[in-house]
Amino acid sequence: MTVGSGSLKSVSVSVGVATGLYGISFGALGATAGLDIYQTVALSIFMFSGGSQFAFIGVLASGGIGSLPAAVTSSWLLGVRNGFYALSLAPILKLSGFRRVLGAQLTIDESAAVSTSRESHSEQVKGFWFTGISVFVFWNIATGLGFLLGNSIGDPKQFGLDAAAAAALFALVWPRLLNLLGGFVGLVALVSAVILVPLLPPGMPVLAAAVLAVGFGTLISRWIK
Amino acid sequence: MNTWLAIGVAALAVYSWKFIGTLVPARFLESKRLLQISQFLTIALLMSLVGVQTFTGGKGIEFDARIVAIVIAGICLKLKVPFIGVVLIAAVTAALVRLIF
Repeated sequence: MTVGSGSLKSVSVSVGVATGLYGISFGALGATAGLDIYQTVALSIFMFSGGSQFAFIGVLASGGIGSLPAAVTSSWLLGVRNGFYALSLAPILKLSGFRRVLGAQLTIDESAAVSTSRESHSEQVKGFWFTGISVFVFWNIATGLGFLLGNSIGDPKQFGLDAAAAAALFALVWPRLLNLLGGFVGLVALVSAVILVPLLPPGMPVLAAAVLAVGFGTLISRWIK
Repeated sequence: MNTWLAIGVAALAVYSWKFIGTLVPARFLESKRLLQISQFLTIALLMSLVGVQTFTGGKGIEFDARIVAIVIAGICLKLKVPFIGVVLIAAVTAALVRLIF
């Protein structure tokens, strides 16, 4: 069973549990960044976007209270991709009113990935909601637990939680890498993001690399035709 | 800047992307080129994050146990190991590499 196959509910719950592992490390890092448990959990409830949250506490941990404006900016920039997910999900979900307000909050990497990996329209819609809700629940519980465990487990890296985060994203994008163009775009993005990290402020490398990779991919796909 | 204020502003800022995305008319996505761009963008953003989370730390490039973990994760994906299995194996791999070296 990969993300793209298997029963929808089990996929949604699996994705939620896996994200929870990542949430534990977020909670633990929130404690080390100097936030209290309410502030850490508030980030998970109201920001609810792993990349942005890690950017926020990452900048805060390295720069202290004085770096709060930079923490806000980098989490905002890292959140851009959710807007693109919302954009590509809009014709599938056709949200309006209260569901739009709620659905927007649940628009994240995981819900978008599961939704777009399904074939039928009804599974795409269900995949979005099941996964969004499942991740929301596990993510927030895990954040609280992670904060409490923070001091007792010591360094989350010791348990490989940082690698779990990267592996989860890798597994989510995997089915899209299996064709030539998708694999190419992914590789360009990965390599250029890494190269740009020492050169650009936090949050920017991911965005710049994505723009670069999409540009290359579009050029190549035209050239192939 | 007050910490709570920063959390509030940042949460709203992140939410604004999500909400604005739902407001863009569907016809913007009807063109095949835009559809392809949005699909490429998902791949590119996710792989950029994989890159940043695997090969960097702080403000620089960093090579450590995460690389071994991501290679093992790739092999697991190739072998069609379930999602949660891939994530757990990657975490255990990184933890073991750090324990041994």
